[in-house]
Amino acid sequence: MTFIKSTFRHPELPTNELGFTRQYYEGVLSTLCAGCGHDSISAAIVMAAFEANIEPHKVAKLSGIGCSSKTPAYFLVNSHGFNTVHGRMPSVATGANMANRDLQYIGISGDGDTASIGMGQFVHATRRNLNILYIVENNGCYGLTKGQDSATADRGSHSKKGAPSPYEGIDLCALALQLGATFVARSFSGDKHQLIPLIKAALKHKGFAFIDVISPCVTFNNNPGSTKGYEHVRDHLAATNTIDFVPERKELTTEYAEGSTQQVTLHDGSVMALHKVDKNYDVSNKSAVSMSLLDYSERGEILTGLLYHDEESQDLHQSLGTTDVPLNTLKESDLCPGGDALNKLNQGLR
Amino acid sequence: MNNVTAVNDLVIRFANVNGTGSASANDLFAKSLFRMGLPVSPKNIFPSNIQGLPTWYEVRVSDKGYLGRRLNVDMMISVNPQSMEKDIKDVRSGGYFVYDNTKPLAQSWFRDDVTFIGLPLTRLCLENYSDPRQQQLFKNIIYVGALSALLDIEFDVITDIIKEKFASKEKLIPPNILALELGRDFAKANYACPSTLRVERRDMIGDKILIDGNSAAALGAVYAGATVAAWYPITPSTSCVDAFGAYCKQYREDAEDGKKNYAIVQAEDELAAIGMVVGAMWNGARAFTATSGPGVSLMSEFLGLAYYAEVPVVLFNIQRTGPSTGMPTRTQQSDVIACAYASHGDTKHVLLFPSTPKECFDMAAESFDLAEQLQTPVIMLSDLDLGMNDWISEPFAWDDQREYKRGKVLNAEQLDELTERWGRYNDTDGDGIPWRTIPGTHPTKGSYFTRGASRDEYAVYTEDSAAYKRNVDRLALKWETAKTLVLEAEFRLAATNTRIGLMYFGTTENAALEAADRLAADDVVVDLCRIRSFPFTAAIEEFVGEHDLVFVAEQNRDAQMRTLLINELEVPPQQLAAVLNYDGMPITAGNICEQVHEYFATNEKSAAG
Repeated sequence: MTFIKSTFRHPELPTNELGFTRQYYEGVLSTLCAGCGHDSISAAIVMAAFEANIEPHKVAKLSGIGCSSKTPAYFLVNSHGFNTVHGRMPSVATGANMANRDLQYIGISGDGDTASIGMGQFVHATRRNLNILYIVENNGCYGLTKGQDSATADRGSHSKKGAPSPYEGIDLCALALQLGATFVARSFSGDKHQLIPLIKAALKHKGFAFIDVISPCVTFNNNPGSTKGYEHVRDHLAATNTIDFVPERKELTTEYAEGSTQQVTLHDGSVMALHKVDKNYDVSNKSAVSMSLLDYSERGEILTGLLYHDEESQDLHQSLGTTDVPLNTLKESDLCPGGDALNKLNQGLR
Repeated sequence: MNNVTAVNDLVIRFANVNGTGSASANDLFAKSLFRMGLPVSPKNIFPSNIQGLPTWYEVRVSDKGYLGRRLNVDMMISVNPQSMEKDIKDVRSGGYFVYDNTKPLAQSWFRDDVTFIGLPLTRLCLENYSDPRQQQLFKNIIYVGALSALLDIEFDVITDIIKEKFASKEKLIPPNILALELGRDFAKANYACPSTLRVERRDMIGDKILIDGNSAAALGAVYAGATVAAWYPITPSTSCVDAFGAYCKQYREDAEDGKKNYAIVQAEDELAAIGMVVGAMWNGARAFTATSGPGVSLMSEFLGLAYYAEVPVVLFNIQRTGPSTGMPTRTQQSDVIACAYASHGDTKHVLLFPSTPKECFDMAAESFDLAEQLQTPVIMLSDLDLGMNDWISEPFAWDDQREYKRGKVLNAEQLDELTERWGRYNDTDGDGIPWRTIPGTHPTKGSYFTRGASRDEYAVYTEDSAAYKRNVDRLALKWETAKTLVLEAEFRLAATNTRIGLMYFGTTENAALEAADRLAADDVVVDLCRIRSFPFTAAIEEFVGEHDLVFVAEQNRDAQMRTLLINELEVPPQQLAAVLNYDGMPITAGNICEQVHEYFATNEKSAAG
């Protein structure tokens, strides 16, 4: 089968402040399964970058290995991309960021890529507060190797062929929070009205901005008994609330609809509850956020939205005290101490 | 007793307890000989431990200029009761054993063929110093003072070093000089000074310097413009990154605001360390990591990615004794094959083999040029012996006209001027090296997707067999180009024609040069070839072809360089004879000579039989 992505667009498509149409932010045609949650996330990134007036060539998009990690090809075709090795995107992103502090970094990972093989790198990139938007496209299973449980599969949840998972599921938001992430959010691939503003906010954040996006695997983990499935993308898009992107903490919290629990009907008729953050929720109170995550989790509900935000965030460059210009722009004259300095140094070694 | 009599041909070994401050006294001893114009080669022999275990420091002096290790300890200075019994046994017959006689030595330990020189180090310290820390530390300085008398070291040379060292802490100078005098005066009053072992001033140092290889490599990275260093602590490479940090602090910080023109990230492991280097170099900065064998094992996956995705990487591997944890504080050259073919699939990496601190500096700088020109990992293989010991070296030099060779990188103007579609993996120049772009260069041109998966010339994902094969064949062509860019081997041909060669690399050089002299004296004349790079150059292939028999001397069990030569040059294995040392101690000339003679004895026997 040949896939050809149509390049036809309406001639009067709206442009953003930079004069680009949304099409300019798109990528190549996705090869993921039809209806994959990941494609919705790619679409949300396209929309967020368009609306936020991001210059694509000032973005570097990086990923590990897996279905999720294929997706950087599917958005921002005018950005450099790097599909690295399994679980190691955070280190490559760290090095890239050290080389050029002026680019925006988007790291795309999956639950296998982050919560299993890449756990070590995720942990350490988080605690260094690397300046990056780090998205986990979380479907609770290994798609590309045909549906094995991942470490974020909830205890008791089972995939299409599998038995109920006997192990505790890893809550990546709770972990990121504990490790010092300065922007922690959770969303749902089917809720673009929530996700797009979150991505926009995360792109504006200076520091480690983590978004755990529940992104159902339609092929292997969208069955009764799975806690990470959905009925149909369209249903969820229609069913969710809208939050506006406002990069100020106060306004963000007031924008949330009051503590409503949203029932999401899954493909097989089972139910997943998505909660919006209530109006008393304080995104700057780390211990309260931590408690809330635990409370909702114990009730089998998924807390979504912006969960935590640290206004005092200091990124890795600030911690290291590096110069303000990108290191990759420094010239020999800036970097090489020269022959005379070497002769002087030799003298001290005699 | 027939004492060994020697001038400027000595091996002095110090037996200390680690963590007792002996290192600076031992350095003082070695530096004073260096300042007397004498070739010295000091070596630390230390345990994988911080405090309390035996540690040795061995100094060879050779006015023939031999810097390799030699067996036969002429004089042992023992201040460690824990190892004393064995230390006495290790002294050569006719040698000297210098010890702290504040407490009597067990009668049964004395040897008739060794001269025992007792120095009351503990007593002298207790009598002359009140601070407990000083009472411990100055024992070491007192024995240096005694050695100045026993070996006839110029006293002023030692005191001058003390004065320079404590120029900013002047109050430490008098107690140090007192300690030296206490030792010197006691030795002179109680023993024949100088002994039958002594040194004499020579003029063999010239403008040479004394420094360790790891500091030199770090300095090379600074000069080459490395801005990102990512690493994970591992002996014996740690001091390289430490030195990089120290030199950067000196040369790369803004005098006014203290902002740094560099970033050093201590990674969570070696996987992350090399991942950071890959990311930084992909993004246009010069970056490196330093590690040792176990780290290289962890880095192997990323090395494969960098090779295949064509991202420059610079890696300094300071080799130690493997496999596994092995002997972390002992030396070896045993990562040759692990580095040459690191990672899965068909991979080959450019290697550099420095022999001296000067070469650590030069090759460190060269690594960045090669990595960026070839868009591939370059691994510099040093070792513990070179990295962590001080060596006499040619001074460092830097040509201010030199320009960094950044390789084929398109800037925005060049992208605008392109008339044909640009392909990241398109070999437009016929040398296997395509043009690359750095993220952020141009708003609409030059972006591409880097991946470890198969792709076509335009970096578009494909599983087409023909496209895959074209790509890996191009990488093979690039490897041919690498042969023209890497450093040429160093050849030293004998004055008379010979069909026998001796090849070596890295720190084996010192023992090999000495061995060649000794073999010549035994009528075994060898031509010498020091390998400095992998892939092997055409000249190396010719050298092998021009000799009927080539000994390959190296410091590992499995003759890894020999294997690499056989494999890459398709040499008949019987043409290359292995000369090996792998006990964790640096190879000696005596060892090489023995194995060469043994080879001839065995082969003559088998020919006769």
